[in-house]
Amino acid sequence: MSLTQQHKKLERNVTLLGVGAFVAVAIGGIVEIAPLFWIENTIEKVDGMRPYTPLEQAGRDIYIREGCYTCHSQMIRPFRDEVERYGHYSLAAESMYDHPFQWGSKRTGPDLARVGGRYSDEWHVQHLKNPQSVVPQSVMPSYSFLAETTLKAGDPAATLRALQRVGVPYSEKDIEQAPADMLAQADPEKDAGDLLQRYPKSQIRDFDGNPSRLSEMDALVAYLQMLGTLVDVNSAAAQEALAEEKGR
Amino acid sequence: MEAALGRAGLWFLILFLAILAIIGAKDAAFAAHATIIALAAFVMIWVTAARYDPLARAQGMFHMPTDPSRYDDDPVRWGVIATMFWGMVGMLAGVFIALQLAYPALNFEPYLNFGRVRPLHTSAVIFAFGGNALIATSFYVVQRTCRARLAFPSLARFVFWGYQLFIVLAASGYLLGVTQSREYAEPEWYVDIWLTIVWVSYGAVFIGTIIRRHEPHIYVANWFYLAFIITVAMLHLVNNLAMPVSLLGSRSYSAFAGVQDALTQWWYGHNAVGFFLTAGFLAMMYYFVPKQAERPIYSYRLSIIHFWSLIFLYIWAGPHHLHYTALPDWAQTLGMVFSVMLWMPSWGGMINGLMTLNGAWDKVRTDPIIRMMVMALAFYGMSTFEGPVLSIKAVNSLSHYTDWTIGHVHSGALGWNGLITFACVYYLVPRLWKRERMFSLRMINWHFWLATIGIVFYAASMWVAGITQGLMWREYGPDGYLVNSFVDTVAALHPMFIMRAFGGGLYLLGGAIMTYNIWMTLKGRIREEAPMSQPEYDPVKDRPIIATPAQVPAE
Amino acid sequence: MSTYDTLRHFADSWALIMMVGTFLTFCLWPFRPGARKRNRDAATLIFKDQNDGE
Repeated sequence: MSLTQQHKKLERNVTLLGVGAFVAVAIGGIVEIAPLFWIENTIEKVDGMRPYTPLEQAGRDIYIREGCYTCHSQMIRPFRDEVERYGHYSLAAESMYDHPFQWGSKRTGPDLARVGGRYSDEWHVQHLKNPQSVVPQSVMPSYSFLAETTLKAGDPAATLRALQRVGVPYSEKDIEQAPADMLAQADPEKDAGDLLQRYPKSQIRDFDGNPSRLSEMDALVAYLQMLGTLVDVNSAAAQEALAEEKGR
Repeated sequence: MEAALGRAGLWFLILFLAILAIIGAKDAAFAAHATIIALAAFVMIWVTAARYDPLARAQGMFHMPTDPSRYDDDPVRWGVIATMFWGMVGMLAGVFIALQLAYPALNFEPYLNFGRVRPLHTSAVIFAFGGNALIATSFYVVQRTCRARLAFPSLARFVFWGYQLFIVLAASGYLLGVTQSREYAEPEWYVDIWLTIVWVSYGAVFIGTIIRRHEPHIYVANWFYLAFIITVAMLHLVNNLAMPVSLLGSRSYSAFAGVQDALTQWWYGHNAVGFFLTAGFLAMMYYFVPKQAERPIYSYRLSIIHFWSLIFLYIWAGPHHLHYTALPDWAQTLGMVFSVMLWMPSWGGMINGLMTLNGAWDKVRTDPIIRMMVMALAFYGMSTFEGPVLSIKAVNSLSHYTDWTIGHVHSGALGWNGLITFACVYYLVPRLWKRERMFSLRMINWHFWLATIGIVFYAASMWVAGITQGLMWREYGPDGYLVNSFVDTVAALHPMFIMRAFGGGLYLLGGAIMTYNIWMTLKGRIREEAPMSQPEYDPVKDRPIIATPAQVPAE
Repeated sequence: MSTYDTLRHFADSWALIMMVGTFLTFCLWPFRPGARKRNRDAATLIFKDQNDGE
């Protein structure tokens, strides 16, 4: 069959046209995305990365539920102004356990990739309840209902199990202990057991200033306070000094 | 009778399963969604049992012609109504969130906070307004270009109503906080599965109709529709791979993490623009612009080049959303190069559309629908030029994370997608309802100007806002320190945000006029009005603009 | 050499040539001699019916 006839067929045959179009559009995705799973240096090896604690993960779920990503990025680009404003630029490894990623696409508010430890718990609670009371020109909505809502994270063990299935290295013990871990992290009175061994650098305290109950505010503040604190980027101390000097 | 019993049994089964899902639901949002399905099933049982035909009543309400015709236009008529309804909902939500950014007191926690309404706005305009327009016009175009009735008529109706259910579940989910946080793919796993079923049915109806055609050629509009249906299916399936926490809960976790997840999402996100908002709408352009202008497309050859270049190049451009992030550099560069190359086919398509009017440019003055199409193509050209510019890494370092991106998206969405959809709806309504013409052509003209001025306000204010913010973020004082705190840059944008909301308001007002105009047309009214333009012939003015050169004496 | 490298080399050479070739064939296709009538037929097919079954 001559090439001419073959092409006439393509023009007249909907199946061939469809397959041709599909092949054309499939190649781009395969060539760009597949190597990311393959090439070893896509994600650098860094110390300190660990999966989220059950409480942090619950906070992350709230962050996603409220659509925080529509206004806040979690991806510091390697520019002088961004590094000075937000801290060391983000590493791929720092989001290696993020299902889904929260890099964001818009900064109506500031980047949050390294917001952990920058402000006190009280500041966060006050800011979430009434942003304009701390930052008068802010356009952020108020989230006071979080403090009044008891954290119903469904079944924390099921959450960790689902994450384990997509590749987050939670141990069987982590999953078994998840409900207890969640309560213990927000209550310094409780016995946290080996929480700190299994989740190094996890912060154990009552985050929302109301010890009587575990609220959604506890979870969200716990998540915000750990953001960017796990990996010790070498210049972190210098960055902090710089930030303090300028009163940011 | 037996068929009716069977149908009622099916609805009973769905009702039963939905009630089980309500009882076993792990979270309130999932229970709410199961309730929506239970209610729908209950209504269907009641309808089947009472032999009450709400569809016929609704058809009466919208004055739909019911006499048999050559083509199956019922789903198209419903699609036009759904397009207008969701368009108004989506644009209203857009004006609302624009005002929230200017006046944060307009946030009503928790359900009407910006973070929850924003996905409602984007999904309502892209998938509800745009998606219904695409489904309706594709059903209209494929029948006429193939000279065949729709294959699988009942499946076509399932596609329409199933798609509306998808929209209702997605939209109500956002307000209840059900989201995957993947931009333009926010619906959770069970809604995604439902959309997959609907989309495969849509593909079956469309391809089935092409197979049944009585016309040897497959018209180029159908090529674009076909690429749009296939690619969106592929993107949707890959990007939404996720592990549900529970089969009775709304939460799921993406199958990918971090950098891989980011690229998968923006490969999807960019090609949702490329194949949903570009290829699909170009299909509309390739049918309705020639039909309204009553002349064939400028170059059929160019349209084929346009098709292959667009689908070969577009799919690679996704990484330009991740410039200077933790994505490997080679992927960013690849994305940038393909984005810049994409400029050529885009402008090829624009030129093809505009030059169709070659020799009939007077219609831009006399026909407001043509004028709308021309403006849509102009905005298509403008935003497909702006896109490659923004994808250049140096430009992107300034524009990324700012409102410049928002302005770019809206000059494409309001200018190209919005105006071409409005023009097509104005073309379709009188034909589908067998009316002489639209109720009022002057109102179309009003709509045109309100929309155009609205876009200008929107795009201009967002350019200024984006560049202002980008420059303020990186501004250093003579002492070598950053000049502005973040909130300084937020405060500086306040006037721009107000202007943006004003522009969006004008655009919405244009939509309201259109809705009224369509409603009156449906009722069969014709507004008595002076014709759009009646230029008087003036022989004195009818001369070449360039003065004829003085006679040179022969030597 | 790893699978990745092998595939990468293939993608950089033969696959790239094949893709560009396919693309150019598709694009030049409507310009072949004798396509003029087909193109005109296809472009005007939307005007064959007077009223499109309305």
